[in-house]
This record gives sequence, C-alpha cells and structure tokens, in this order.
Amino acid sequence: MKETLGAYDYWPYENRPKITWPGGARVAFWVAPNIEYYELDPPLNPQRKPWPTPHPSVPGYAIRDYGNRVGHQRQMALLDKYGIRGSVSLSVALCEHHPEIIEMCRERDWEFFSHGIYNTRYTYGMSEAQEREMIRDGIGTIHRHTGQKCAGYLAPALSHSERTLDLFAEVGQELFGDEAGLYTCDLFHDDQPTPIRLRSGRRFVSMPYSLEMNDTIVYAVNRVEPRHYLKMLKRHFDRLYAEGAESGTVMCIPTHNYQISCPHRIKAFEEALEYITGHGDVWVATGREIAQHYLDHHYDEALRDIDARAAAARRS
Amino acid sequence: MSLDQDYLTYPWRRHGYDHDRYDWSMLAKRPPVQWPGGKSLAVWINVSLQFYPLNQRGVPFKVPNGMTMPYPDLRHYSLRDYGNRVGIYRLLEAFERFEVRPTFAINAQLAEQTPYLLERLKAQGGEFLCHGWNMDHLHHGGQGRDEEAAIVKRSVETLHRLTGQPIRGWLSPARSQSWNTPDLLAENGIAYCADWVNDDMPYAFATDSGPLAMMPLSTEIEDQFVMCQNLHSEDSWVEQVQDAFDFLLQESKEQGGRMLALSLHPWLVGQPHRIGCLEEVLAHITGHDEVWQAPAGEILDAFQSAGVRETR
Repeated sequence: MKETLGAYDYWPYENRPKITWPGGARVAFWVAPNIEYYELDPPLNPQRKPWPTPHPSVPGYAIRDYGNRVGHQRQMALLDKYGIRGSVSLSVALCEHHPEIIEMCRERDWEFFSHGIYNTRYTYGMSEAQEREMIRDGIGTIHRHTGQKCAGYLAPALSHSERTLDLFAEVGQELFGDEAGLYTCDLFHDDQPTPIRLRSGRRFVSMPYSLEMNDTIVYAVNRVEPRHYLKMLKRHFDRLYAEGAESGTVMCIPTHNYQISCPHRIKAFEEALEYITGHGDVWVATGREIAQHYLDHHYDEALRDIDARAAAARRS
Repeated sequence: MSLDQDYLTYPWRRHGYDHDRYDWSMLAKRPPVQWPGGKSLAVWINVSLQFYPLNQRGVPFKVPNGMTMPYPDLRHYSLRDYGNRVGIYRLLEAFERFEVRPTFAINAQLAEQTPYLLERLKAQGGEFLCHGWNMDHLHHGGQGRDEEAAIVKRSVETLHRLTGQPIRGWLSPARSQSWNTPDLLAENGIAYCADWVNDDMPYAFATDSGPLAMMPLSTEIEDQFVMCQNLHSEDSWVEQVQDAFDFLLQESKEQGGRMLALSLHPWLVGQPHRIGCLEEVLAHITGHDEVWQAPAGEILDAFQSAGVRETR
C-alpha cells in the first residue's frame, strides 16, 4: 500500500502557464449526468457492502430506479433548454437494461464515458486482469451501443485500485489508439485539468469533476438544503469565473437523476443552469472536448512547468 | 453480581481537578488583562496544513476527514490534497487583502514533501506550529512513550530545520494526546500547545519537563467542526464566527482581554464556493480599533509579560 498516490506532482495554484479556452472563455463548463444501474441483488464484495440492509434493499433501489424512469427526461429537458450536451457517466449495463435512455442521449450528441458495468460492482479485490476485463467491457459496450470511443473514466462507485488510471489509459489505447482513454474524473485535487503520470508514459488528463458540487455528495452526504445547493453552485461558479480572467478554469456539475431531478430539487438546479449559461465568457462543452483541447494546447506546457518546478525544488 | 469495591472509591475527589495539569480558575474571576496598545480582544487565525496518507492505518482511530473508503481512497486523498495545492493560495490572497498575520500549523512530513509551499508560507511571514508528523500519526493513550517521543522529536526537528524558525507552538493531529504528550512537548522546547479547548484565554499547564502554556484553539467555531462534523452550512459558519467575535469583543470591554482563536482548513474553506465566506468573516473581524490580530506566539508573549500569568 502506498502512502502517496504518485500520479501527479505538487503544482501550486499560482503562476501557472495560462490556459486559454475556445473563444477566450473564462470557464469551461460541463454537466456530467451519472446514469447508473444499481442491482437489486448484487454479489457481495469482500470490502464493501452494496446496500445498507439485507437484499432486497428496497428504498435505495427504488429511488435510483425513479431516477431512470422519471428523472432522466426532466434533466434532459433542462439541458436541452440551456443548450448543454451532457457528458454521461454511464453504468454501461444500462445499454442493455434501458436502451431507450441511451438512444435519447445519442440523438442529442451527448458524450458517454465509462462508470463501470454496474454501480454495485466494485474494483476492490479484483486482480489486474479482472479490472482490465471490466474496463474493456465498459469501453467496448459503449462503442457497440453508441459508436463512441470512450474518452473518460469514473471508477464504479469511486472504487479504485492502485492501477485504475493506468489500466483505463492502456485499454483505451489498445482498442482505439489516440481516440480513447484520454481522461479520468477520479481525482479531486484541482480546479484545472492536470497531467497525470502513468506507468505507460501516455499523455493522460485529470479532469475537474468536483465532488464538492456533486449532487449526491451535497444532498446525501452533506445533507444540504436544495436552495442552499443553488447558492453553492452560484458561488462556485462566481469564483471560478473571476479567476478564469487570469487563466481558464473548469466547472463541472456531476448530477444524478435520483437527486436533482426530484420535483422539490429541480427548480434549484434549473436556476443554477440559467445563471451559469447566462454569462458570456463560458464555454459549454463536454468532458472529451475540454480534455482534448487541453491535450492539444496546454498539456505539454503544463508538464514542462511542473518538471521545472520539481527540478528547482530539488536544487533548493 | 457486583462491582469491585474500588468502583465506589474516589481518590481524586477534592477541590479543583482530578489531575494536576493546571489550576482551577474561572475566567470571569481572573484579574483583567490588557493586550498591547490597550486592545481588548486578541484574534488568532490559524491555518492547518495537513497530509492525509493514502495508506491510512487508523491507529487507534480513523482521523476525522481522513480516508473512509477501502484502499485506495482516491476520493478523500485528492480532496484533502486540494487544500495544499489550490485552496491555500486563495487563503493567502485573502490574508493579504485583510492584512491578517496568521499562524500555519503544518504536518512536518508535508513541510518536507512540498518545499515550494513551505517557502511560500515563510515568505508570507507567518509563525509555524508543528502539527505532528502527518494526520495518520496520532498521539494517543496506550501509545508507547518511546514511540511517541520519537515522533515528537522528529516532527519538531524537521520543521525547525526546514523553516529556520524556533518552533514554539504545537497542535496535535486531531488534537489527540496521550498521557505523555504535554511532557514530551515541553521536553522538545515547545512553549505552547493548542489542543485543550477549555478557555478563551491562554493559561499555564504543568509538565514533567517544565512549564507549558495552553493556547486554546477553539474547536466550536473551527471550519471543519461546524461544516464537516455538525454539517452546518457555510453561511451558518459565518454567522457563528461573527457572533462569537461580537460577544467576545463585548465581554473583553467589560471584563478584560479575551482571545478569539479561529482554526481554518484550506481543503475546506479554500473551495471556490466557500472562500467568499472566509472573506466575509475576515471583513467582519478585522479593522476594529479594539482588536489586536496577531500570531499565537506574540499573543502568548504579551500575556506572559502582562504579569497576570497564572502561577501554580
């Protein structure tokens, strides 16, 4: 077990090379709807219980199913209204269970990235070969059902191994070369994209996905009231927008249809979207678009700056 | 079934305390203190800079705000790391804007791992407190004295070497102590400790190795306690700190000097949606004629030179 992750270097949030987004935007804004499938009777993992009560754990299962049966189309209508294409964090088994949802997203040219097979199957305890197989299944399933070459990864239920980022990048490259396996949403250490060091040496990006703005963390973990969530989203945006005048920042709202699409919460979410997209200098994009722009224009310069600072620190 | 008769004997039942660490003394009955320049309220603002290891052992308990998920918990690891690479720089900017002179309680291992950060904090001109080795090296009852002594020594010496400053202050990770911690701190030249939060003023604390002062760094208005443990909103935190400030300022005018000690965590208040709340707090508590904002060491020096230092 490692004391530090070692996937990225210390890189202070001051005097970094300037990030310029398309059109000179200050903030790259993306919405990542998690479209998830939780199993009613998942097999047990030795390190994590899927449900808090003996199966069937009806309350938890039911509200998540509500998200797919009811909530999805509500959120989709809002994203349509504000000109946002979702970047879907997908439990890929949903392609088989609920292809209707996949089709609706496809029609709108939304992005799909892998969030594992089910949100009730964890990475813990897998061998490297097993994790590789799960990742391959995820990328392959998305391609088969949508034609997309999966660029991003968010490990199922945020369950990781020490190799997760390495494996995702490797499998993406094996399957689709430079078109897949470009970014991870699994790290929460920054408000800008950052280069990640992989064992393969491949260029790979950590995308800000903001756990702090994640509706499930906000509502279910931190027990925030809906209208206070709206305040938080506005404040988060305001600060990143102000700082974006100096160098481009990224804001992500990770959502779940069983949270923000509930009738008592959707108004707060809509007001946030209206507020954010009502600003001029905002680049409304998908995860892949932001990661690709960063790779094309800023990645190498960032890495040079990080290396130079590390060298200076070693000398001192 | 019955208990041993010892259970009904009370060997420390006496006036004062059930220990000899400090004297019983009620704040309102003490002689009034005046801070330098005739100020009535001293304001100490501390920033804790913390390293939460990915391979957390959790001995003898999982540190609050540490890893909670099975290994490797990238979620909490990277969220805490955010404070040291992004959040702190927002705090430093706010301190410059409101002309705050903070203290930095830093894990010695973090100081060693991030020389850039350390240099930046030194340039800011703050005083450093040793915040132990890291957030997974807890001091605790039942810990071997030698083991703990080695951690204290290594932490204080490392920070002293890296900062070039005498390290006078100490904040235990999670404020957790063993029976020996205060003695070991004094043994390593520590002048004050911030762990015990039983007063609104500095007070004297007895150790086997000479005098130690306690500088209570309030938990009750600490950002992580209010927002992460009590799950109050950031707006409520602002109100609580402002109310505490207003009350202590009033009491200090009526009864004599008081101290407001505010403890901050960059991984929490350094987030984009919370930094504005810290700025609101700083706007409220700075810029008053009656207020002396200073680092803990200066507050302690003033307290001790005021001649009201409690004697045992």
